Amino acid sequence: MTWSATARGAHQPDNTAFTQQRLPAWQPLLSASIALPLFFCAGLAFIGLGLGLYCSSNGIRELEHDYTGSSDAGNCSECAAATEGGAPPPNCSCAWYFSLPELFQGPVYLYYELTNFYQNNRRYGVSRDDAQLSGLAGALRNPTDECAPYRYSAAGLPVAPCGAIANSLFNDSFSVWHQRETGGPYVEVPLDRTGIAWWTDYHVKFRNPPLVNGSLALAFEGTAPPPNWHRPVYELSTDPNNTGFINQDFVVWMRTAALPTFRKLYARIRQGNYSAGLPRGAYLVNITYNYPVSAFGGHKLIIFSSISWMGGKNPFLGIAYLVVGSLCILMGFVMLVVYILYQDQDEDDDDDD
Amino acid sequence: GYPDNTIKTSRYSVINFLPLNLFEQFKRLENAYFVVLLFLQLIPQISSLAWYTTVVPLMVVLSITAVKDGIDDLVKANIQRSFSYRMKKDKWMNVQVGDIIKLENNQPVTADILLLSSSEPYSLTYIETADLDGETNLKVKQAISVTSDMDNNLELLSAFDGEVKCELPNNKLDKFAGMLTFKGKNYLLDHDKLLLRGCIIRNTDWCYGLVIYTGPDTKLMQNSGKYTFKRTQIDHLMNVLVLWIFLLLGIMCFILAVGHGIWQHKKGYYFQIFLPWEKYISSSVTSAVLSFWSYFIILNTMVPISLYVSVEIIRLGNSFYINWDRQMFYQPKNIPAQARTTTLNEELGQVKYVFSDKTGTLTQNIMIFSKCSINGKLYGDTYDKDGKKVTASEKEKIDFSYNKLADPKFSFYDKTLVEAVRKGDHWVHLFFLSLSLCHTVMAEEKVEDMLVYQAQSPDEGALVTAARNFGFVFRSRTSETITVVEMGQTRVYQLLAILDFNNVRKRMSVIVRTPEDQILLFCKGADTILCELLHPSCRSLSDLTMEHLDDFAIEGLRTLMVAYRELDCEVFQTWSKQHSEACLSLEDREDKLSNVYEEIEKDLMLLGATAIEDKLQDGVPETVMTLNKAKIKMWILTGDKQETAVNIGYSCSILEDEMDGVFTVEGKNDETVLRELRTARGKMKPESLLDSDPINICLTTKSKMPFRIPEEEANGSYGLVINGYSLAYALEGNLELEFLRTACMCKGVICCRMTPHQKAQVVQLVKRHKKVVTLAIGDGANDVSMIKAAHIGVGISGNEGMQAMLNSDFAFAQFRYLQRLLLVHGRWSYNRMCKFLSYFFYKNFTFTLVHFWYAFYNGFSAQTVYDTWFITCYNLVYTSLPVLGMSLFDQDVNDTWSLHFPELYEPGQHNFYFNKKEFMKCLMHGIYSSFVVFFVPMATIFNSELTNGKDISDFQSFSLMVQTSLISVVTMQISLRTTCWTMISHFFIWGSLGFYFCILFFLYSDGLCLLFPDVFEFLGVARNILNQPQLWLSIILSVVLCILPVLGYEFLKPLFWPISVDKVFERIQQCRRLPERPPIRTKLKHASSRSAYAFSHKQGFGALILSGKTGKFKAPKKSSLALKKRFLKFFS
Repeated sequence: MTWSATARGAHQPDNTAFTQQRLPAWQPLLSASIALPLFFCAGLAFIGLGLGLYCSSNGIRELEHDYTGSSDAGNCSECAAATEGGAPPPNCSCAWYFSLPELFQGPVYLYYELTNFYQNNRRYGVSRDDAQLSGLAGALRNPTDECAPYRYSAAGLPVAPCGAIANSLFNDSFSVWHQRETGGPYVEVPLDRTGIAWWTDYHVKFRNPPLVNGSLALAFEGTAPPPNWHRPVYELSTDPNNTGFINQDFVVWMRTAALPTFRKLYARIRQGNYSAGLPRGAYLVNITYNYPVSAFGGHKLIIFSSISWMGGKNPFLGIAYLVVGSLCILMGFVMLVVYILYQDQDEDDDDDD
Repeated sequence: GYPDNTIKTSRYSVINFLPLNLFEQFKRLENAYFVVLLFLQLIPQISSLAWYTTVVPLMVVLSITAVKDGIDDLVKANIQRSFSYRMKKDKWMNVQVGDIIKLENNQPVTADILLLSSSEPYSLTYIETADLDGETNLKVKQAISVTSDMDNNLELLSAFDGEVKCELPNNKLDKFAGMLTFKGKNYLLDHDKLLLRGCIIRNTDWCYGLVIYTGPDTKLMQNSGKYTFKRTQIDHLMNVLVLWIFLLLGIMCFILAVGHGIWQHKKGYYFQIFLPWEKYISSSVTSAVLSFWSYFIILNTMVPISLYVSVEIIRLGNSFYINWDRQMFYQPKNIPAQARTTTLNEELGQVKYVFSDKTGTLTQNIMIFSKCSINGKLYGDTYDKDGKKVTASEKEKIDFSYNKLADPKFSFYDKTLVEAVRKGDHWVHLFFLSLSLCHTVMAEEKVEDMLVYQAQSPDEGALVTAARNFGFVFRSRTSETITVVEMGQTRVYQLLAILDFNNVRKRMSVIVRTPEDQILLFCKGADTILCELLHPSCRSLSDLTMEHLDDFAIEGLRTLMVAYRELDCEVFQTWSKQHSEACLSLEDREDKLSNVYEEIEKDLMLLGATAIEDKLQDGVPETVMTLNKAKIKMWILTGDKQETAVNIGYSCSILEDEMDGVFTVEGKNDETVLRELRTARGKMKPESLLDSDPINICLTTKSKMPFRIPEEEANGSYGLVINGYSLAYALEGNLELEFLRTACMCKGVICCRMTPHQKAQVVQLVKRHKKVVTLAIGDGANDVSMIKAAHIGVGISGNEGMQAMLNSDFAFAQFRYLQRLLLVHGRWSYNRMCKFLSYFFYKNFTFTLVHFWYAFYNGFSAQTVYDTWFITCYNLVYTSLPVLGMSLFDQDVNDTWSLHFPELYEPGQHNFYFNKKEFMKCLMHGIYSSFVVFFVPMATIFNSELTNGKDISDFQSFSLMVQTSLISVVTMQISLRTTCWTMISHFFIWGSLGFYFCILFFLYSDGLCLLFPDVFEFLGVARNILNQPQLWLSIILSVVLCILPVLGYEFLKPLFWPISVDKVFERIQQCRRLPERPPIRTKLKHASSRSAYAFSHKQGFGALILSGKTGKFKAPKKSSLALKKRFLKFFS
């Protein structure tokens, strides 16, 4: 390339801070005066936060019961044995008795927990059709490939809702009874089964297909329920706002878990006398035992739990904050000692120079 | 057909751009890999990720690369256009083989041309070949007589129908064989009749020529060889590391596949009531095999798709900084620095050896008459009233306005000399008379009183110009006379003989008859030679002059001795007879002539000595010293003579007076060369000659393996001078390692009288056997081979020849810019690239390895942790700008500090900041971070609930938590690594983080998810989860767990494992608090080293470059004819 010397400075680069790499800059330094206080402060803050978290987690009460029936002597073992063979006998039920010596502070939530259940298996997780679940009429009758083998029924009808997740819908049911006085009658504790799914799931993500002649059943005409289901999807509940794809149990189940051990909300106890919690007394949980888990070594648990400002009971965060805070302070001391030692040595070196 | 005379450098046209560029891109391994991956993803049985996770990044990468390639090509095409524009003006581009063309004075020749006729008598044409061989004197070419008769008769020329048969294009600059058939007769053609591309026509009004070779066939182009694509060491390292990553990927996939098999066998089999196996899965083993590939797809982000394109963008950006740097812009010639290759930047920060040309690179190729010693009196130093030497800046120029013919550009400072001339000092007059008579310069006077000298060597030009300004104006010459205006009085001297210069005689003389009929011989030459020819009576004067010569040598000046002799008429006549006999003799003419010359060049009377400064380019010694401090070794490779090269070596402090020794290797056969090399090495490091030396053991045991010689330390500072003849032996098989070891131990090495090929050989030798980065810098066509051979080639631009610049990777106008290129731009580029690579690998490991941990909880089912859109965007959107920002704007220290403390350059030479060890650290760090980023959210959500009791342990919430933790952790990591927070860094880093959340809300928004429910599945997750204290607590915990160990390590590292630069950084911190300190410190240093290099060293030779070869017998006569013509023009 020839540079013509036409105008003086014709090819001179622009004198901007950007091109000359002289942008004003802040250059923080990791000096001892910053690093050491940082470690100590972070340590103290973490310990403080950790204590708070630990206390609030400890303040949460949890009551859980494994009703799988394989190990303990509860009457659920009969049902468990019955499901072992294959299809469970209809309406096998069992019960769990417990008593509360004092008030179980509310609001109380009732969960069921499954273990060893791989809802997070990739092939399980993809086996659903979100288009179908969002009420698209086209997808209702033409489920996605991913739903296979629960895509079309043996009769060739499209399965609605299709896929392995829907097919494996948890179908045990619970009722809670309270005996206020010893020997007194058992009163059913009202369970709020609505409002257990995420608001967005229930109101936005899951939608029933458009009604045909005002009937949901007609809308689902020409589809088959998943093979494990005993009734079609539009009969999941009698409440028109809680049936079909927007049945809350179904919606909760369809939000697949991240880990093989997971809890799902069954009901909230917040009505009548039980809005402040479960009063003391004897309790009976009546369990309709349908769901087979013993085949793959899973367990079923039922849990009563209260909630704090930071969610459910989980001691991890509190302990982790305490440990990390202590480590910070320990590390800070180590660094301080090392720094002082080497500082002296450096000064000696400088003297030698 | 013959090739076009344009030289095409652009690859693409509008039509072929897309297919060709895509084809070239897919030839690259990494792109091909991603295509294979894409096909794997399309197989439903193993596809574990949506196809778009690979396609979107791949498209972006391909289009960015395509745009970059396109721009590169356009820039090249532009260069080509502006280059050919010049040719077009002269219609060079359209020249074809067989054309007859006219060339005019001072035009460059851009094809190989057979000279037909010229304006000069005997069809002589003078050319300058500085661009071809680095020599600055003029050469002469002559047409064969049959064509020279055509003169400038256009009819004859257009009717010329000769036929030329010649050899195939080759790269031999000094050989040409051909045959011209014209009018039934054959004429032999040799290289004396050929004007080569790269020459410049001088002193010739016009000439006609027949085009023989064009474009790539020209000898110059043939000589410059093919451009080999240069790759940096980091590139090679990167390739190795990518292979390692592949290996790691394979191992991980294998482990996970085995895990999958076991899980399917133990659990999956029984879980079939809810999740039946596919029909094609017959056993857990088949399932495991498929899962291997599924994991291969998921973990593909280990091999980062955007790595290569990011590296290219960073290099491009850092190249632009070089182009933009005003401190590398040369105002006088209006030339900015230019990064011509945009792929080598970080290697600029790793240079260990610099190979420099001398003429035009270190020196300006300007000779200045600086001092002289006349009759034992030294002129040229200026003193003030107190008798102290005045420094250059305070000197006052002498006003030569009294002399109408003076050259206004000439400057001299010592007034005593002018006074002596004016007073009429006999010796001073005789001295300047001799300078104005004894030379081969020709004068042109196109405008009255505006003399222009055409000197064959710049030294002579300087001497004659000096004489001219002091009042002894050489005005014109003919073959018999020389006209000199002596103090305003025109006198014509009769030229009786020129006893020409050659390298053996090292002197030249003229014999003239003065107007007073006195016969005088004036002689100038090397002091060593002339001393022996002096009349015994000037012994004492000679001693005094020798002292002055020593002083000159110390200052690095080129010296010549001047003497004269009065001849008797008879003596001259008898000698003249012998001379003409010798001239006519056919055998051993050279020998006979020099014998004749010797007979008359004796009993000379000493007049004095001249000292000419071979002017260095500005700031060369300072630059060399700075580079020295940065532990960069500097070698001079020059085609010039040993004496001049050594002189320059001292004046630019490559050799120093306080060195423990300077070895000179000048053996004429391999044994002596070996002996000399061994002696030198024995002196520098005696133990290296013993058999027990580790390198010797290596050499004897596995001599056939390509062997890297480690750095060896000498026990002092030494210099080595070797000339081309000895070098030819030293570069032979068995001696080359000997030479290399000796030379590499020396602080400064000067190789002189080298051919261009040898320059390349030396560079290649170092490249082959040393694990170092080499840089070659030069300005002429003779440096092209070396520039191409070195890792980095730098061309000095702004000279007439552009060959060096066109073949270079970086080009600028002044040698001193080299320190800025290396210590500032190179260092920054290297640091940035290393930071980029270690962060880039880190962030991808952290990102990908989370899947590995998750596998243990999801039955090894190749379930991703993240949302597929997060995987798509992670590298391209969320994390690309912060890391690009860091690698384009980060500065650990600014340019001033980099130049003040050249020691900061050292880590790059040893590749401290990014190597396999650093990579392993990144891997470990990535494993740790991914562990934290996975397990902290996992433990947080395990059996936990939202604050409203609803689900939090679902997969989508977990994904969001891990994603957000990951983004927070890697953003914090980059902000820890960013040492220089500009507005842009803030914008990129915090902007990317903010952008992540914006995108999150967009991707998880109702509208988008309802529109494409199958593609965007995470409806409402952001809204439900991002308001949870648990999430933020877990993110803070992850960030702190990832950051604190790094902080601790960064804090303790300089204390526990200090490297040399840590001290420098500490000092910089101290200096920053007291900002006045550093300039003072450097000033002092410069001052002290300046005075230091003026210590005693070996007596210097004044070397004289005189073009003797301009046809010893033809030239004076014929050129004088030409001059006569001009002479007549003036006076008619």
